[in-house]
Amino acid sequence: MSLLTVSGVTVRRGGRAILREVSASFSAGQFVAVIGGNGAGKSTLLSVLAGLLKPDQGEARLDGQPIGRFDRKALARRRAYLPQNPRCDWPISVERLVALGLTPTLPAFGRLTADVQVRVDRAVEACDLASQRDQAATTLSGGELARAMLARAMVGDPEVLIVDEPMAGLDPRHALDTAGRLQGLAASGKLVIAAVHDLTLAARFASHVLGMREGQVVALGPMATTLTSVLLHDIFDVEACVSGEGATATVDYVAGAPKGV
Amino acid sequence: MRRGAALIPLLLAAIVILVAVSMLAGIVWLSPAQALGAFSAGPTDLARLIIIELRMPRAVLAILTGGALGLCGAVLQGLLRNPLAEPGLLGVSSGAAVGAVIAIYFGLTARFPYAAPVLGMCGAMAATALTFAFGRGGTLSIILAGAAVSGLGGAAISLALNLAPNAGGAFEIMTWLMGSLSDRSWDHVWLAAPFILVGAAILAGTARSLDALALGEAQAESLGVDLDRLRLTVLAGVALCVGAATSVAGVIGFIGLIAPHLVRPFVGHQPSRTPLPSALCGAALLLAADIGSRLLRFNSTEIKLGVFTALVGTPFFFWLVLRLRKTAP
Repeated sequence: MSLLTVSGVTVRRGGRAILREVSASFSAGQFVAVIGGNGAGKSTLLSVLAGLLKPDQGEARLDGQPIGRFDRKALARRRAYLPQNPRCDWPISVERLVALGLTPTLPAFGRLTADVQVRVDRAVEACDLASQRDQAATTLSGGELARAMLARAMVGDPEVLIVDEPMAGLDPRHALDTAGRLQGLAASGKLVIAAVHDLTLAARFASHVLGMREGQVVALGPMATTLTSVLLHDIFDVEACVSGEGATATVDYVAGAPKGV
Repeated sequence: MRRGAALIPLLLAAIVILVAVSMLAGIVWLSPAQALGAFSAGPTDLARLIIIELRMPRAVLAILTGGALGLCGAVLQGLLRNPLAEPGLLGVSSGAAVGAVIAIYFGLTARFPYAAPVLGMCGAMAATALTFAFGRGGTLSIILAGAAVSGLGGAAISLALNLAPNAGGAFEIMTWLMGSLSDRSWDHVWLAAPFILVGAAILAGTARSLDALALGEAQAESLGVDLDRLRLTVLAGVALCVGAATSVAGVIGFIGLIAPHLVRPFVGHQPSRTPLPSALCGAALLLAADIGSRLLRFNSTEIKLGVFTALVGTPFFFWLVLRLRKTAP
């Protein structure tokens, strides 16, 4: 059964439709890579899926329930959302930043309990941040901050994880680590939906792909059968070559190929 | 031991010491023995009058006002994620000032002594409501709306000064605007205290949400924070606190700006742990400033409290701007 669906979702901003009649459904255990050019509506779709943006038409449903009807905290416990280029405004420690991911489960007052500390420790270790644990979040490098934010999103062990470009700005090792971690989460039965620009990483780690163009879904399906050079041409207007499958898949662009060849 | 565990006891100790000093210091210096004797003396005893009717309400008002300003500064800086935020920024102080000026300008203070405080609170509420109405849709717009409301308040005050029927009226307005705790009575305390305490209680409930807001609005919302409700809660709490504080003490700037910055390093910069120590720090700062303003005299004229805090606070503000310019990308 589908865990998360959108049906007939249209979002307009300033007279322009950013999403047009988008319908899609996602199940637990999938790692869906959302791909598309700049301005294709990826981030907007992720916001709608996270229940943070109310579409002008249509709706998103989690477990068959309209996502707008969920209690904010109850929803926050079940799905985590990480926007593009997240930042931290105060120089709080990395450990504290990660603990913020547990906000919906914390009481209104009081200190962190031992149980919370254990979960924070686990997330900090998992995202390779042990040596930055006490560092101020504002002094982290871009890649370190991105990892800290991912740890923040994962610490609450959500059923649904929606992340906007989690691998942007990461060095190859940490990009691979992150993609592998998202794959692992999906393998353990979670639903992971991530906007991804690195198509090779997407092809190797994601189980499904959702291709977008001009606010519409062009394709949604299993990675191996859906990510083809034809699809990439449809989405990006470039000649691309998809070779291999699974862990060895590679997506190459053919540079300078004239249009219509 | 947790970092900053000693901070609150230290601030409380500082407040106790400053209250003691504020009982003794002034035009008439009292010895500790005289001060203690005042409590058992007869009702006509001079020391008793000075301590119980003049200096105690003054100290209590300094704690209430300074605490309210420090608390509101910390909560506003957390909400707006802006280290320059303070009650003045949202136009709350300005609105309170307009309310009080209207009371003075129309001579309402002569007929009804508490017209200035009451209208001051109404002005603060109106200014806050205006800021909120125009500031919907984000942190930047709320700051701009606050600046616009402050500007409006400033214009209204200038207009009142411009039209003041006689020099006496204008002088009264100017004096009130400078902010002071002199000649305040227990009546002022009873008038302001309930509003400040209710406002503080409202603001206390926002701690976790302020923490989540450190990650920005989108993440805070995804963590279950209702941003619209949070903004409304903070603005209501701030209007009650600052409206009441400003209406009894006049316009006192910079306490709300400085106090949060002083305590933040000791609480790991956590927005949720800043408000309480910031309130205590604001109370201590205003007590100290009140003692300072009482003792600094030029030709027997007392320096007004608001003038004193502005003189001391402005260099800090410049330092803050310089530091922000260095750290800004």
